[in-house]
Amino acid sequence: MSRALKEKIIKNVLFLFALVSIIVLALIIIFLFMEGVPIFGVVSLKGFLFGTEWYPTYDPPEFGIWPLIVGSIVVTFFSALIAVPLGVLSAIYIAELAPPLVKEIFKPVIELLAGLPSVVLGFFGMAILAPWLQQTFDLPTGLNILNASLILALMAIPTISSIAEDALYSVPQEFKEASYALGATPFETVTKVVVPAALSGISTAVILGMARAIGETMVVLMVAGGAAAIPESIFDSVRPMPASIAAEMGEAPFRSDHYHALFATGIVLFFMTLGFNLFADYISHKFKEVGSATL
Amino acid sequence: MKWRYFKQTCFFIIVRMSAFVIALSIGAFLVYIAVKGIGAISWEFLTEKPYDSMTKGGIMPAILGTFYLTAGAILLALPLGVVSAIYLTEYAKQGPMVRTIRIGINCLAGVPSIVFGLFGLGLFVVFLKLGSCILSGALTLGFLILPTIIGASEEALKAVPQTFREASLGLGVSKWQTTQRIVLPNALPGIMTGSILGIGRAAGETAAIMFTAAAFFTAKLPSSVFDEVMALPYHVYVLATAGTHIEETRPLQFGTVLVLVALVLGVDLIAIIMRSYVRKKKRW
Repeated sequence: MSRALKEKIIKNVLFLFALVSIIVLALIIIFLFMEGVPIFGVVSLKGFLFGTEWYPTYDPPEFGIWPLIVGSIVVTFFSALIAVPLGVLSAIYIAELAPPLVKEIFKPVIELLAGLPSVVLGFFGMAILAPWLQQTFDLPTGLNILNASLILALMAIPTISSIAEDALYSVPQEFKEASYALGATPFETVTKVVVPAALSGISTAVILGMARAIGETMVVLMVAGGAAAIPESIFDSVRPMPASIAAEMGEAPFRSDHYHALFATGIVLFFMTLGFNLFADYISHKFKEVGSATL
Repeated sequence: MKWRYFKQTCFFIIVRMSAFVIALSIGAFLVYIAVKGIGAISWEFLTEKPYDSMTKGGIMPAILGTFYLTAGAILLALPLGVVSAIYLTEYAKQGPMVRTIRIGINCLAGVPSIVFGLFGLGLFVVFLKLGSCILSGALTLGFLILPTIIGASEEALKAVPQTFREASLGLGVSKWQTTQRIVLPNALPGIMTGSILGIGRAAGETAAIMFTAAAFFTAKLPSSVFDEVMALPYHVYVLATAGTHIEETRPLQFGTVLVLVALVLGVDLIAIIMRSYVRKKKRW
């Protein structure tokens, strides 16, 4: 076999392997639809998405996932309220303020937080945070939106912090020097030069952090309380989409309407996170700065 | 003039405080888990099976199950991920195709683990009729950590200086041989670091194995890849939420959590230390 031919074959085999990720993504979509679409023979798409009653085991059952969607959005929103400032500010600390030794320690610590299994954080929320919240605020249950948001924030912080830190770090040194040369204080340099220059990276970080929070399962399954109703305060229980799927799939009879409805919930969840990810990808490419010359 | 510096001082205090709050919560969390869990840990706890409807005994089957699932996942994801990364960094020409593959990898990385669980249930458990077993779970976890491995391998391959490749190609060595003998060995430490992080992720994953592999309780240890297994993360979930003895088994729960955290963070810590060692030892 000639060498050129051999190289060509190798290249094409490698290409096939590189396609595996796309194939898996396609298979995920195919199987979600295959198992999820039959529910739309029972309930309309509008009734499924915006129906406010989720009673899959009643007779007759109700398959409206609006309370679940609201639950997901609410916990993600409140966790973002906590995680975005903490994540971005800690990124500023690591990139701009921290002495080298502190930086050396703090970065791996954030990485360790990212590696903590979600079930452990869920357990923490359930066994420690919930009783504390219940006592402190005198609530019927400590498993509620507040608890879930706090724990989800803890999961989103490392994502936000590490991506935002990369963005801040890659702002060219010349920018800062120019700013100092004009007589700006370090504070003015950070807030008016460094952060605006890294804004696309910081936005990507925030979106990916929220995507992580909305798709997170074990935390919301264990600490969100599980009530499939539209919440009225942050001390109410909710049942976000991942929690509903995880909790009910075990009991749903194989290929029953309930089973199909849970897969259809998976489709909604999948496309929500896909949207977040594509948006993040778009922002990071559209506003990519390749050096000081592009700004 | 004073006002400018006052603003700066305030802002920097807030920045330092937020870093401090994060560090404090991680520290408090780890110390709390360690203190509460250490009492439950004993040789028996690590080597015995649970009994009396899981209110007594140890967690050995769950440790073993997590080991099997993680090993299976890495066996699938490591070769696939490294080869994908080699194509993307060494062979591919930038263009719409590569851009599509990259977007695909990013999107796969963002798929929620519960959706991976549904995918594993639909494809492996139901469609391929494997049932809920080690094989289904390991395959699901393997695809879940694939983007992590690809990302880490790409980074490691890119870090190998271009001059190495040029020197080899200049001697008349073919591209594949260059990749195999020059680029890969130099990228190996970086690839291994990434894989270890993948192992940590797979070992702690719960939602993806709930419907594909994990069992509430198994009377026997698994004898083939077609058996259901207990797994540490799922065991934590089961002990904490199901059954009538939740308060009674709290010590067991804290013990299991401590073992899981120690396992996952231990694995991650090895990767982090290895990475800083490799960076310091770099000869170029």
